[in-house]
Amino acid sequence: MLKVEGIDVYYGVIRALKEVSLSVNDGEIVTLIGANGAGKTTTLKTISGLIRPRKGKITFNDYDLTKMAPHEIASLGILQVPEGRRVFGNLTVMENLLMGAYLRKDDISKDLEWVFSLFPRLKERQKQKAGTLSGGEQQMLAIARALMGKPRVMLLDEPSLGLAPLLVLNIFETIQEINKQGVTILLVEQNAYMALQIAHRAYVIETGRVVMEGTGRELLNNEAVKKAYLGG
Amino acid sequence: MENLERFRYIFFIFGLVIIYLVNIILPYINPYYFQIIIFAGINIVLAVSLNVINGLCGQFSLGHAGFMAVGAYFSSFLTFYYKVPFPLALIAGGVLAGLIGLGVGVPTLRLRGDYLAIATLGMGEIIRVILFNLDIVGGARGFPGIPKYTSFFWVYLVVMFVLVSSYSLLKSPQGRAILSIREDEIASEAMGVNTTRFKIFAFIFGAFWAGVAGGLWAHYLQFLHPSSFTFMKSVEVLVMIVLGGLGSISGVAISAVFLTILPELLRYAKVLFNTTVDPRMVIYSLLLILTMLLRPQGLLGGYRRKVKEQ
Repeated sequence: MLKVEGIDVYYGVIRALKEVSLSVNDGEIVTLIGANGAGKTTTLKTISGLIRPRKGKITFNDYDLTKMAPHEIASLGILQVPEGRRVFGNLTVMENLLMGAYLRKDDISKDLEWVFSLFPRLKERQKQKAGTLSGGEQQMLAIARALMGKPRVMLLDEPSLGLAPLLVLNIFETIQEINKQGVTILLVEQNAYMALQIAHRAYVIETGRVVMEGTGRELLNNEAVKKAYLGG
Repeated sequence: MENLERFRYIFFIFGLVIIYLVNIILPYINPYYFQIIIFAGINIVLAVSLNVINGLCGQFSLGHAGFMAVGAYFSSFLTFYYKVPFPLALIAGGVLAGLIGLGVGVPTLRLRGDYLAIATLGMGEIIRVILFNLDIVGGARGFPGIPKYTSFFWVYLVVMFVLVSSYSLLKSPQGRAILSIREDEIASEAMGVNTTRFKIFAFIFGAFWAGVAGGLWAHYLQFLHPSSFTFMKSVEVLVMIVLGGLGSISGVAISAVFLTILPELLRYAKVLFNTTVDPRMVIYSLLLILTMLLRPQGLLGGYRRKVKEQ
């Protein structure tokens, strides 16, 4: 179980997160929703170790993540799919996938097969440079790359950003599919409607604070959430 | 992949045989041409090693002349004072340069882009100033009397080693990790790559070979002076790798040879244009500008630096 307890994060003197607490149980899809600048991405980056909290504690099972470097956190199986995809543009699709399996010493051929069955497009384009893929394909590659690392927890940052509606649907279905295979997912999304539909539980973040939590269904039907994030 | 592995060793052995044969013929060649061939080899070592830092790992280093100076001075010091065998002295020079690379890399590799360039430039200058004041290696008077050990054989043996080791590095999982740092440091970290360690590794790798190249250079010229290792020397190497195509090992090696020969060829320009003013460096610069305009990705096409969103 991934547990965030009362973390404070600062950018210089600006306090970006205020006593944020949340937990993600094994096998769940948990989503963080909120407006621009609310601190969703900051929360993810703090979990993956890219930013250090000034206060509070993040634990994964018995490990204290607050004391670990990003690559050590990744080696525990907590893998981030960063915002804006960040594929390795001058490397081929295949090389990107191999990079995803960078920490693994075991046989990766099964996972490669699985990833290609989730995203057949990537199989067709495995020799192509990742920078030449379309936005949607790059997002698929970013997710596939993280899957190659055999994640226990996958931190997904805005997977629907800049994608056509049909592709968004596609990506969310795939996220559910991945979750069914036993990967715990923490999803940050601006597309609150889609995120809440697939999430078991959700947190609402406003200006650096968790202001609400509940099951996906509860929040979908909550008046305040409807008004602020679901457009009506 | 399997074939490639085998090919690499065949290439290596084949290369050794050629080096050996050419080494026999060479003394009968015009000494001027011979010198150009030696410098071309040394420049290949410098360019290919800087390419590992700048082209593969994407860390902008301007300190190559400094590492070269360390290797040149230390190996000469060993052969001159202690009669250390040449190969050992070369390796020792490389190792000391590598150690300095480690010492400089640990604090400076946190810096990115332009900041790292300035820091490494400063490091190179510090080394030069220290050498200026180091009396045991002649200080500002220079260091004469270095034994002439550098031969075609040694230079091109090192060239083979630097080519094969860089190429092996590039094709290894570690090499892919290094490339991923160049492509996107944050994503690379998210994949579990210890980016600091690999950046330092690339830095040491480059520094080591630059030190060896310095040793070769010193034992060819038989005289060293700190003023040979200004940052212009680093820029010279940088031009080679940018022209050859950042990240492309073969491109960088070819461009190193090309840029060694070109200024020599241009000596004929003076005769050709029948002038008293030497237009050599003007044409040289124009050619550089032209190549960059026509082939911004370098001769053999390396990677293109992408425009960063942030």
